[in-house]
Amino acid sequence: MNGIHDMGGMHGMGPIQHEKNEPVFHEPWEGRSFALNLAASAWKKWNIDARRHQIELIPPADYLRMSYYEKWTERLVELLVRRGLVTHEEIESGKPAPGSPKSVPPLTEEKVAVFVAKGVPTSRNVPVTPRFHSGQRVRARNINPIGHTRLPRYARGKTGTVERDHGVFVFPDTNAHFLGEKPQHVYSVRFSSRELWGEQAAARDSVYLDMWDDYLEPA
Amino acid sequence: MTTKRRDFLAGAVSAAGAAMTPDLSHAHGHSHEHDHDHQVVPSDPTLRVKALESLLVEKGLVDRAALDALVDTYEHKIGPRNGARVVARAWADPAYKQRLLTDADAAIAELGYGGQQGEHMLVVENTPQVHNMVVCTLCSCYPWAVLGLPPVWYKSAPYRSRAVIDPRGVLREFGLEMPEDVEVRVWDSTAELRYLVLPERPAGTEHWSEERLAELVTRDAMVGVAKVAPPAKGVPA
Repeated sequence: MNGIHDMGGMHGMGPIQHEKNEPVFHEPWEGRSFALNLAASAWKKWNIDARRHQIELIPPADYLRMSYYEKWTERLVELLVRRGLVTHEEIESGKPAPGSPKSVPPLTEEKVAVFVAKGVPTSRNVPVTPRFHSGQRVRARNINPIGHTRLPRYARGKTGTVERDHGVFVFPDTNAHFLGEKPQHVYSVRFSSRELWGEQAAARDSVYLDMWDDYLEPA
Repeated sequence: MTTKRRDFLAGAVSAAGAAMTPDLSHAHGHSHEHDHDHQVVPSDPTLRVKALESLLVEKGLVDRAALDALVDTYEHKIGPRNGARVVARAWADPAYKQRLLTDADAAIAELGYGGQQGEHMLVVENTPQVHNMVVCTLCSCYPWAVLGLPPVWYKSAPYRSRAVIDPRGVLREFGLEMPEDVEVRVWDSTAELRYLVLPERPAGTEHWSEERLAELVTRDAMVGVAKVAPPAKGVPA
């Protein structure tokens, strides 16, 4: 979706505020929100693409106003309700619905170390024929899907060079909407800064983007 | 800076709370499907998150001790010291550096790191001719396994918007002036590859142990918005 999250190339966002000796969490609730998001993901009722998309669905004015972990919190609430783990009534009352069964959490304390160390790989060991190869000139397709995509607006329609093939990965545009993993090759594509931004960019500079096969066409 | 940010948040939150009061008051009747154009913003995130945690614990959806362990992991166990050890090893051991640049996952796993948001790693090397920096313009993708959780500036609109269109201006804001003949490469990590910058080893560190080298390596240098400073003069070798 052409949302506020797709920020590459925007102006007017102000100076970068670098904080010296920044704590991992500025307030205890930030850590709790972070941990709740990870622990709830262990139910596997959604995937990382759905998580990202849920944040993109926050209305633009709220997106800019809310802090990072406020967004995480609201994203989690939406996913919990959408995927049927809790109801709106429970969120609003703060209490489990009367008579609702109590579940057993999939992520317990003793499983945390393995959960963190294993991660959730999104590569897939399936044979898929790559449509492109290193050194090939490619164009990022000019697509404007209303749903989730990881093809930033600033690269659409631009021409670059495939620098390497990363292998086969889950496709976010379908996976975010629970429409299947559609595994396909992901390539590192080099775009010269001048191709992206015109003559104002430095001649030697470039931006590298990891592009799924479906985002590309031969140039 | 912290105070400034908190003031901003407090102001934004109370403004949001005031603007959203009508929503909160008729929240019981609101339809989820029609909620996206006026999403309820909680007036107090502390209470909001506390209530959510209580509910999820009571429903048996999450385990409170697991939450404690997750917070502890990212506050105390996984952070930029991990990445600094990787960089120091690469500086001290050319064979390791070669493995790191060709198969980062395996090389990083040699030091015991990997997992969440470090499942698919790539390491890009800074040289006198090439400077690499990393951003995620679409969200906040960051190599947790080697750098821990990202700082606020990395996730913020100013950095995400400008890193790709004006990398040299951004670097200047971090105090780094890039000569014209240096090629700046920006890695917009919008897929599942996570990037670690291998900074240049500073002069004056010959024969240093890995442990000492690791002390020099900063998070910002591994994101590519800083260089690793040479050791201060007068420090005994």
